[in-house]
Amino acid sequence: MTGDAPALAVRGLSHAFGRTKVLDDVGFTLARGDFTVLLGLNGAGKTTLFALITGLYHSGAGSIAVFGYDIRRDASAALAALGVVFQQPTLDLDLTIEQNLFYHAALHGMARSEAAPRIAAELERVGLLDRRRERVRLLSGGQRRRVELARALVHDPALLLLDEPTVGLDIESRRFLIEHVHRLCAERGLAVLWATHLIDEADADSRVIVLQRGKILADGGVREVVAGTAAPDLKTAFDRLVRAA
Amino acid sequence: MSPIRYWRCLAGIVRREALRWLHQRSRFVSALVRPMVWLAIFGAGFRFVLGVSIIPPYDTYIPYEVYIAPGLVAMIQLFNGMQSSLSMVYDREMGSMKTLLVSPFPRWFLLASKLLAGVAVSVVQAYIFLAIAWFWEIEPPLWGYLAVLPALILSGLMLGALGLVLSSFIKQLENFAGVMNFVIFPMFFASSALYPLWRVKESSLTLFWICEANPFSHATELIRFALYGQFNTIAAAIVLAFLVVLLALAVYGYDPGRGLIARRGGEGG
Repeated sequence: MTGDAPALAVRGLSHAFGRTKVLDDVGFTLARGDFTVLLGLNGAGKTTLFALITGLYHSGAGSIAVFGYDIRRDASAALAALGVVFQQPTLDLDLTIEQNLFYHAALHGMARSEAAPRIAAELERVGLLDRRRERVRLLSGGQRRRVELARALVHDPALLLLDEPTVGLDIESRRFLIEHVHRLCAERGLAVLWATHLIDEADADSRVIVLQRGKILADGGVREVVAGTAAPDLKTAFDRLVRAA
Repeated sequence: MSPIRYWRCLAGIVRREALRWLHQRSRFVSALVRPMVWLAIFGAGFRFVLGVSIIPPYDTYIPYEVYIAPGLVAMIQLFNGMQSSLSMVYDREMGSMKTLLVSPFPRWFLLASKLLAGVAVSVVQAYIFLAIAWFWEIEPPLWGYLAVLPALILSGLMLGALGLVLSSFIKQLENFAGVMNFVIFPMFFASSALYPLWRVKESSLTLFWICEANPFSHATELIRFALYGQFNTIAAAIVLAFLVVLLALAVYGYDPGRGLIARRGGEGG
């Protein structure tokens, strides 16, 4: 990681599929240890933004740097520092929890001896250590999400991206996931970008970035954003921002 | 990234492919049953319809089953290549393709590893088939079993690369039927797998040239000659050339800046 570079720096990012502009001059930075909620309705451009940050494909304009490493020029260094939980489920259902995690560790070039304690530690944290030899197919939706979170952390990334991680989960699983990620931020100094369309996932202390039709409408602490629109709460503030856009 | 990390990544991808193959029992069984059906039923049925004269690499008259066995080995690899390409389309729709592509290793290396993993599985399948086929009097010389290994790797890579290219072009996962109708059947039937090309030439010159242009014919001939301890230079050169072209197309298809994956983008918010 290079010096004091921010965990994530996105500058002047625009992207279009054909004639449809999906992202329009998006820019923000994430400091180490920041928990940031990327708030936007479906179709706001969140998933495209994530695809660009993870280098799945490149943008038409703008730049993305992870801890100072440009995703185009230093993709390897940038991706090594990145942990991702995708919106879609991405586990092999026929493989065991452990096999899935070892596969991920191998994709990061980790030796099995190096990966085993990391996998055990992360599974322990999400309460699934004793089920590590079970097939993923047997797990509930909430448990699968927990496995995916554990997987994203196996290679000890310093920046964690989560794309709508709570979709389809019950209240209990949602709360577990949110609290767990908050703890990771506090304990490990992990920078987190949490994309969601659920306004209540941003608590009063979070930073929030509001994305609508590919543009950033607001960026700041929840209290700031609420105050900026003279709204009583974030939900009203969000509605006002979206309507004004 | 040190070489040892590259090795671990490759080993991990191969291990996953092998585990998936073993766990998906229906895929495992059907991969073995399919060529056996051809050999035991089709082969027996046509035994007295189609006579095969003495042609290289055979030095005597052979039963029809012996003639089609190398083509069936190539068919196993063709199915495998298509199945792994479909599993990549499936992976992309299901998102597990993303897990692969966010690895810090270069993309060409990840795709090559994925390809090698598929080939490893197809080579094991081919040997299992050859072992069972021995009971149908498909008895090539013992050293032919060893000599066929490089041929299997080369043809497996070429057919796997074809699968990779298709997976980067197929937009959505429809079903296996489309690939069966438009790729597997034409490639298999318009080739030297089921009938020697000199016989095809007698009935239609156009079809003969189609068969000659079909890389699957050359994969089949490469395997056929190797199985009898001979090296078919032309077939090897053509298979290799197709491999290079298809690999280049696949790397292009998955290039984050230019390829189709970039133009298509992702769905959702």
